[in-house]
Amino acid sequence: MAAKTSASPAGRPFDRQAMLKEAGATGLVIFALAFGLLGFRTLDVPGGIDIQYRFGDVAAAVAIGIVGRIALILLRERRPLPVLLTAPPLAVVLLVVLLSKFLFGPETGAELMRFLPFESLVVMWAILIVIVVLGLRAARVHTHMTSVMTAEERDARMDRIGAKVQRAARLLGPLLLGIAVVFPFLPFADRRLLDIGILVVTYIMLGWGLNIVVGLAGLLDLGYVAFYAVGAYSFALLATGLDVSFWVALPFAGLMAATAGVLLGFPVLRLRGDYLAIVTLGFGEMIRIILLNWYEFTNGPDGISGIPRPSFFGLALFKRNVADGHAFHELFGLEFTPIHRIIFLFYLILALALVVNIFTMRIRKLPVGRAWEALREDETACRSLGINPRNTKLTAFGIGAMFGGFAGSFFATRQGFISPESFTFIESAVILAIVVLGGFGSQIGVVIAAILLIGLPEFFRELQQYRMLAFGMAMVLIMIWRPAGLLAHREPTIRLFGKGRAKEAEP
Amino acid sequence: MSAETAVAQGATSLDLAGPIPGGGEVRLTVEHLTMRFGGLVAIDDVSFQAADGRITAIIGPNGAGKTTVFNCLTGFYKPTVGRLALHHPKGEFLLERIEGFRTAQDAGVARTFQNIRLFPRMTVLENLIVAQHNKLMRASGYTVFGLLGLKRYREAEEKAVELARYWLDRTLLTKAADQEAGNLPYGDQRRLEVARAMCTEPVLLCLDEPAAGLNPRESQLLNQLLMFIRDEHKMGILLIEHDMSVVMGISDHIVVLDYGRKISDGTPEQVRSDPAVIRAYLGEDEDEEPVGETAAGQESAAREGDERDA
Repeated sequence: MAAKTSASPAGRPFDRQAMLKEAGATGLVIFALAFGLLGFRTLDVPGGIDIQYRFGDVAAAVAIGIVGRIALILLRERRPLPVLLTAPPLAVVLLVVLLSKFLFGPETGAELMRFLPFESLVVMWAILIVIVVLGLRAARVHTHMTSVMTAEERDARMDRIGAKVQRAARLLGPLLLGIAVVFPFLPFADRRLLDIGILVVTYIMLGWGLNIVVGLAGLLDLGYVAFYAVGAYSFALLATGLDVSFWVALPFAGLMAATAGVLLGFPVLRLRGDYLAIVTLGFGEMIRIILLNWYEFTNGPDGISGIPRPSFFGLALFKRNVADGHAFHELFGLEFTPIHRIIFLFYLILALALVVNIFTMRIRKLPVGRAWEALREDETACRSLGINPRNTKLTAFGIGAMFGGFAGSFFATRQGFISPESFTFIESAVILAIVVLGGFGSQIGVVIAAILLIGLPEFFRELQQYRMLAFGMAMVLIMIWRPAGLLAHREPTIRLFGKGRAKEAEP
Repeated sequence: MSAETAVAQGATSLDLAGPIPGGGEVRLTVEHLTMRFGGLVAIDDVSFQAADGRITAIIGPNGAGKTTVFNCLTGFYKPTVGRLALHHPKGEFLLERIEGFRTAQDAGVARTFQNIRLFPRMTVLENLIVAQHNKLMRASGYTVFGLLGLKRYREAEEKAVELARYWLDRTLLTKAADQEAGNLPYGDQRRLEVARAMCTEPVLLCLDEPAAGLNPRESQLLNQLLMFIRDEHKMGILLIEHDMSVVMGISDHIVVLDYGRKISDGTPEQVRSDPAVIRAYLGEDEDEEPVGETAAGQESAAREGDERDA
């Protein structure tokens, strides 16, 4: 079909009226949306609230929508010439106007800028990017006459890319690990960057933990944050109440979370898919609400403060003056700086995350791991092969929860203060988004997704108000183009031919 | 109608007393198996035996209750009434009392499904390794030794791969070992499902319409595979099949069900010439009408027969 249309691009009937109708419909939709959202704005003025009318912006949005739609239709109908001719000049003009401040000085710049619709420059830059992309696509259509790939072609191509990245992951993995290891000592690694690094690695660890449940065992868990909370509170209560050190409490916190995981697992064993997701969602909320209301035990909404910082493996503390015992900087004869503790925390979470990764890599090649994947594929067939679905699911829940618990303990000791507010549903959603975006079951995909979803927004804090917009947009695009995730390529756990390759899949 | 039933039931009790049609040691004894779903009687007092090293086919028109018999045998359903005794080298198992997945794990009854149930996104080899789950699970010390990478587990895994390789060679799938199972051609998927069932090292293999949707060549390959399993591995095979060329070609013993009742039981030659079977498949003929039935009874029976044919 594609060959036929590309062979006779001009011979294809082109319905101008249909095009205008479609563009008009787009304009109507945009008008309906923009009229309310863009058209009015409440302003704080002395003595109350005033309404600012921005119908110019509404008109601009509708016009941009209609023109953009027409361009898309033209590309779809393989008539790229009008787009090709209008996009470059438009882009240049827009670019010049946007940069006019620097090109012609601030006054002329301000003068020119007044012609632009919308207050926010970010939107204009986004529009510029769209115009450039449209222009490039038009050029492609013009030269190849095959710009619009069919869904299968695109899927196949993305699969190839996924396989390539997966292969590259064997190099990329150690490379990223190397970067992570030297990261605290890089000249630009200040306190803020280290904090972002710790945050990203925490989410990578959570993503890897959830990946066991969702990616391998195929059990959609919307309440993963519950185990994170159980781990954090276990550690916090042990540390503040019984004065147990981090290293002793860590396994216990993991155990508590695993127990919570198995407890959740039992009632949901029979549920699949959506029903399971709903129950896990409820479980996550239950834990949060218990933490919020069990005031005598958890301190309720006030949270737990004064959680001790981790010591250097029980040998030394990260303090300037230590009454009894040693201080880290004295032990190593260094000058005291508070950054030592941050660096230590970074390595701590990195090590924890690597434990999860190595564990997952290994367990995938063990009978349990294969049974998890088989269970994801077909539970009935598993039963017919003598696999116990109950125990297999419970191990997945338990182990996934245990790693969540470890991450929770780390979170508690890093923050020094926890409250139920840290464990809301949105956390579960973000962790799940990391797994889905990265590609179910893909370890390196989780890393990339965590950097994209957690790291980048931290860098672009100035664009705060667009963060969730971009986040949502990214998720929608992924669901359209790559429903199985960015890197949904699955590496076999064992090969009959070329077994050497299977061994190299370590991180 | 009543006379027929009496004859059939009489035949049943006779069969169980005497040797199995087609010969062989008894592997499975099904006695008075009844399965009701609410008011619907899917299987009504069916008794038969299946022998070791023989292929026992269960045939019958659509809705006769063949797959329900299988689901009872393999632990997917709990029968309402009946005794399903498996004569295993380790002792006798009463299949109706065993929890679902343990039928395969302990009693060694493996099955395939009417609509193929492979693990489509896992490779062919992985499918066969998953089938050896319990053995490998023990070898990996329930994951602990495996995580430590002990030699014991690695050896067990190598042995598992050897067994998988053996069945890959027999099913002509060796070349496709590292491909995703879901990408195989249909006929290969059917054979892979048989190979996967065999990798559980069963004592009784239950195949639910293995030849459904196969072309003649694939069907031939499957026949050879089943005869190989029967002759070389001396395994009892229980087979549901619609394809008469397969049934008549390879089975040693045929049990015919209709409306949940057993209507015939014997060697292929006996069953082929059994008037009850011909009636069930072809509908009633004017010439062959049994004496002593009312006209109304005949009419309704004939109508039912026509409907079934359609």
